[in-house]
Parts: sequence; structure tokens; C-alpha cells
Amino acid sequence: MKRRNFLKACLIGGTTIAMGKTNKGWASGSFEGYPESMGVLVDTTRCIGCRSCEAACNKEQNLPEPDTSFDDKSVFEEPRRPTAKAYTVVNQYEKQKPGGPVYRKVQCNHCNEPACLTSCFVNAYTKTKEGAVIYNSKVCVGCRNCMIACPFNVPGYDYESVTNPVIKKCILCYDTRLKVGKPPACVEICPQEALTFGHRADLIKVAHERIRSNPDRYVDHVYGEKEVGGTSWLYLSGTEFDKIGFDPSLSNDPIISNVKDFLGMVPMVLSIWPALFSGIHLLSKHDAGSEGHDTESKEEDR
Amino acid sequence: MKNMIKHGLAVVDSPYDESGRKRTVVEKLLLGLTPSQYLLQAFRNPFNWILAAIFAIGIPILLGRFVFGLAWATSGSNDYPWGLFLGFGLFAMVPLSSSGFQLGTACEIFGRHDLEPIERLALLNGLLGYFFAVVYLLADLGQPWRLPYPMVVSFGPAAVLFLVAWHVATYLSVQVAEVSTAFFEWIGFPAGKRGVRRITLGLTVSGIILSTLHQGALGALFTYAPGKVHPLWYSSSFQWLHFFVSSLPGGLCMVITVSTIASKFMGWRADRRFREKLDRCTVSLAKGACMGIATYITIKLIGIAHDNKWSYLDSGWGQWFMLEIILGFMLPLVLMTYGVHTRKVNIVRLGAFATVFGVVLNRVNTAIITFNWKLPEREIPPWREVVISLTIFAIYIVVYRFILYRLPILYKWRQQEEEVPVTETVTVPAAGRREASPVAVASYSNMTKLD
Ligand code: SF4
Ligand code: SF4
Ligand code: SF4
Repeated sequence: MKRRNFLKACLIGGTTIAMGKTNKGWASGSFEGYPESMGVLVDTTRCIGCRSCEAACNKEQNLPEPDTSFDDKSVFEEPRRPTAKAYTVVNQYEKQKPGGPVYRKVQCNHCNEPACLTSCFVNAYTKTKEGAVIYNSKVCVGCRNCMIACPFNVPGYDYESVTNPVIKKCILCYDTRLKVGKPPACVEICPQEALTFGHRADLIKVAHERIRSNPDRYVDHVYGEKEVGGTSWLYLSGTEFDKIGFDPSLSNDPIISNVKDFLGMVPMVLSIWPALFSGIHLLSKHDAGSEGHDTESKEEDR
Repeated sequence: MKNMIKHGLAVVDSPYDESGRKRTVVEKLLLGLTPSQYLLQAFRNPFNWILAAIFAIGIPILLGRFVFGLAWATSGSNDYPWGLFLGFGLFAMVPLSSSGFQLGTACEIFGRHDLEPIERLALLNGLLGYFFAVVYLLADLGQPWRLPYPMVVSFGPAAVLFLVAWHVATYLSVQVAEVSTAFFEWIGFPAGKRGVRRITLGLTVSGIILSTLHQGALGALFTYAPGKVHPLWYSSSFQWLHFFVSSLPGGLCMVITVSTIASKFMGWRADRRFREKLDRCTVSLAKGACMGIATYITIKLIGIAHDNKWSYLDSGWGQWFMLEIILGFMLPLVLMTYGVHTRKVNIVRLGAFATVFGVVLNRVNTAIITFNWKLPEREIPPWREVVISLTIFAIYIVVYRFILYRLPILYKWRQQEEEVPVTETVTVPAAGRREASPVAVASYSNMTKLD
């Protein structure tokens, strides 16, 4: 009686979880992104490393004062990454090359299928219909799993804070600008028009158009068009992408597809194991009763 | 304690003392000693001095972590979000604690009653390991007070960590229930024990399910980070299997390790049944562990072959990988197989230690050492992080010992009914007395009827 109830509970639990899962978004193999998604096209060949985008972001997002001023060029000596205090950083590459240094702005790429989102166990991240990946710091537990998962090493963590250490990253200026149809602060301020804001679908066309009309200037690739399922921030480059800090080994599949093998196994275990092991239990009981093979245990029982 | 027993002190193993009076909880807590005797024996034990030293330094630092924040205590880096607390505390403690469900399965499902003398130790090992994995997790979380959030406030059910959280939480309660039988015996609450016995099968089966899933899930966590963990430690299709399968020998060998330590340093607390059957149980566990290790090595090779990663073996990382596999898995496999065949139990035990080492090394390798292997510099954990990890581990040992000293884990609690004829004189040395008493060796079949 008890056992049967237990089995039933397991089966029901198993199937609900299984179905919940399928709805929730790991049936995402051929997901094409959000039709209204906005994005930013970064043309690294136009960027001069003035860092005014960093300054604009700092102001827009009310971030703490930087250690050195935004005019300080010495920061280019070491590559930097976004942190809790700087949602975006500009790095310098190819310093020794005759073509001069190449600059590249780094921030959250606002993936179509964000690994940070799918790995977060309290659902702190949201992908808005405008394409921004925002987060709810009120529920963040601080497990830093999203930092493990993000293929671009973006989320920064507020390790210094004692009372409210949470994840911080670029939110595409969602609250203050994107929501009301304005371009992000960093895009607006860029003196070189290295950053172009628009519908993601249009930006992809613009990017390919630039490559087509200027094949000598650009590598024939739009980084972010396909990588990890596509991102809202897209990059054009004049040198190979791996030379300016991009990871060329990322697959075009979203990160979550790596996890699917395991997630698919979960409902199987939930539904098969109870029956399997209860069955074995019944069998072994039967064996012990007859003159079964279980000699060792009989010996002990004597 | 040994000395005191030699001097004629009775060991608490039944609800009544020598004169037939019911023992109070305080008496049981003090192991039947007077408070001054208790302090004296605690004071005499050199191990307590080591622990005291660890706590004197470690506890303030542990508290400091919550006052001054993570950055003060850990390396706190954006590139290595997970340090020792999770790499060692969570990822290594959990596989070493898979013993609970395995022995539960062997005894309750497969009817291997010969393993029963060690079953409770395995269950306790499971419970404490998980519990302390959660303690480590609390030390690591930025907002530990929000730990219940995935349970009650905000759900991210598609995330692997969500599974881990739920399964570890439910499994912890399953394990509390499983270990509670010993506790109910000890406080004298037979109704509670009967209640738990009745749902044992349900508990055991849910234990298998939950363990399979979260042991695997811990591995699956890394599949979110393809390319970050070194390919030799990473396999997108098999990561969960690698973690699950290696947890099997990990848990069994941890029980061998703990039982070895317990029988060496806590012999007085074990009863004759435990002491006599221990070697046999060890061999049985080792057989299981050998199967597990052999399977693990095979699927590890399959993992490498599947993604054709052989070329990585020819590098520094490859040598480190081979070291882990050879020292941590192949050597113990050879040792234990040899030990089992020749019945050289100490060799088996040596193999078990090596396996525990291998599993810990594997988890630390996956979570910390080879994580972000493409980045130029490796992170060395700062001293405060090491001290806190050590301190929590010391607390784990203290709690483990506290329970083993008291609850009927290594010995059988003598039941009320059987107690009546046992009214010996105090002069008989306690250890000897217990062995002479006919009830202490009650066989399993009696046990079940009692329950
Ligand atoms: S770049 Fe990283 S943080 Fe940004 S959306 Fe993608 S996974 Fe999330
Ligand atoms: S989009 Fe907004 S938040 Fe993101 S980098 Fe630009 S200014 Fe900062
Ligand atoms: S403001 Fe424009 S040109 Fe200046 S660093 Fe930023 S992206 Fe480059």
C-alpha cells in the first residue's frame, strides 16, 4: 500500500517535472531569437579607444568612481574584463602591428539564449523582448553559477559588498533608455559612430553590407551573428577575431544544448528507478525465502 | 576513554545503567561519566588539542568572513568564481557521501544483510557529508540567508543547479529520517523508530533517485561551461555519468576510511559484531568499489575517445590528468583487487584511502585547477580561504565523532526487553562484559522482529 503510493507520487512528480521542463525552454534547438530584438553593432575598425563609452556607462548606471580617470591610457597595458564596478571596458590589441592598435569594447553581449539565464536557479535573469538580458538582484543568492556559465566571462560580482553582494553587468541601459526606445548611453556618446544601435535583424544586414562593400577592411565574419545561438551585440573586425580577444572556439549552439543530455536523463531516472529498484527488492526478498543464491547473507543470518 | 574503560567504567549502550535505573539524557550525553571525568578525558586526548588550535584560529576567521564579506576571505575573483569552499567543500564532499544510498540500497533493496553492521555508519557518513557540503555552500554564497530562495521565492526549474538544490535538500531530509532510527533508539522513542522503519523502502528508493540525479547534476553543472574546464576533465555528453560513477567508489571508500579510523581510535565504542564483521564488510565494500572504479576508468576513456582528445594527453595537463587517473583510480583498483583476493584487508584499506584521494583530486581539478585553463594565470587560494575550509572540516570531524561516541552507530542499542537479565556487577570490565552478554550479539533476524 505504502509502496504503491510512493511509486505513484514518484511517477507523477517525474512526469510533471519532465513536462515543465519541455515548456520552459530547453526545446531550443532551432530557436531564432526574438523578432523585435534590438542590438548594437560594434565596428572595431572605427574605434579609437577614447573610453568615453566607459565614462557614459559609469554615469548612466550610477557606478562608483573608477580608480583612474577615463582619460588614463595606461589601463590599456593589461587586458581588462567587465566587473561589478565597470559594466564595460575597452581593451587594446595588436599594439605592435603596423596597422596600429585595435580597440574593442567589451560588455555583456545579450545572448539570444543566455547561458547566465539558463543556469540561474532562482531565475534572476530575464531576456526582455527588446533583447536586453536584465537581472533581478533582489533574488540573486550569490552562487556565481552564471559567471561559470557565461561564455564571454561577463558577469561581475560584488565581492566587496558584505550585505548585498550580487551580480552586476551591462543591462543594455534597459531601465533608463531601451524601454523608452532610446539608444544606450555608450552608443549615444561614441564620437566615431563605432557603435550602431538598431534592430538586430537590420544590424546583421548592415554588417554584411559593410563587409561586402569594403572587403579589404573587414574579416568576412560577423561575430555574434551565430555564436552560442546569436547575440544582440555584433562585432566587425579588421583582424582575425581571435587576435582581438574573441573566443573562436565557441560553437553556434546555445550553451544550454550542452546540458540537454543530462536534463533529458532526469525524467527517465525519476520514472524508471522507482519501479526498477522496488522490483529488485521484491525479487531479492523472494530469493532469500527459497534456497536462493544469496548464500553469504544466509550465512550471516544464522 | 580507553583508559577509563580499563579502570572499570561502563560504556553506555542501553537505556539503563548498572543498577537498572533509567539513564537521563545528560548522562547519555556525557557517556555515563561525571562532568569532571568527561572533561578530564577530553583534556587528555591529544587530538582535541589539535582541534582546539584549529578552532582558535579558524572560528574567528570564519565569523570574519560573514562580517567583512567574501572579498576579505577568498580570492574573490571574477575569473574564478568558485574556490575551495565549493571546489573542495561541495564538489568533493558530496561524492564521498554517496555511501548512504549505496549501503541503503545494498541492505534494503538487494537484501545484503551481511553488510548491516556497517550500514548505519554509511548512512551517517552520507548525512554528515551532505550537511557539511551545505555548510561549505553557506560560507561561499554571497547571500547565504537567501539559500531557501530556490525553494520558496523564485524558481528557475530549467537550471541544473535548481535540481541540485532541490535534490540535496530532499535527500538531506531522507537521510535525517534514515539516521533518526539510531537517534530514536538512543533517546528511547520506539514509536518513532517503528514509524521510520515502515517507510524505509520508500526512503531508500527515493535516496537512489535523488542521489543518481544530484551526483550527476554536479557534473552537469560544468557542461554549462564548455571550453572552460580542460577537455580532459570535460565531456559534454558524459560529464554527469563521470561524476555519478566516480561517486560510487568514492562513497564506499570513504566508509572504509571512516570505519578504519573509527575502529582504530574508537574501538571501545564499537561492539563485537562490528569489530568481527568489519574486515568482511570492508572486503565486500571494496569489491563494489573495484567495480565502480573499473567502470569509471572505462567510461573516462570512452569520454576521451568519443571526442578524440588523445592529443591532449601529450602535455603538462595530460601528465597531471594521468597522475590523477593512475594514483587516484588505477593504483587503488590494483591494490584493492589484490587485497580482496589475498584477503589482506590493510591493503584494501590503503586502496580505499587512495580512492578517496583520487575522487577529491578529480573534483578539485574540475572545479578549480583546470577551470579556465586557457587563462594565463592560476589562482592560488589565499590563506584565509584555506583556514576556513580546514575549520569547517574540523567541525565536521568533531560532529562526526560526537555522534559516533553516542548514538548506536557502531554498536547495537540494547533494547528494554533484553535489558532485564543484564544486571551484572560493576566490577566486570565494561568491554569484557559487553562481549559476555548474550544480548549484544542479537542477530539481524531478532532485530527485524523487534522493529
Ligand atoms: S554575454 Fe554572458 S552575461 Fe551576457 S547574456 Fe550572454 S551569457 Fe549572459
Ligand atoms: S548598454 Fe548601457 S549598461 Fe551596457 S555598456 Fe552600454 S551604457 Fe553600459
Ligand atoms: S566611445 Fe566609441 S570610439 Fe570611443 S572607445 Fe567607445 S566605442 Fe571606441
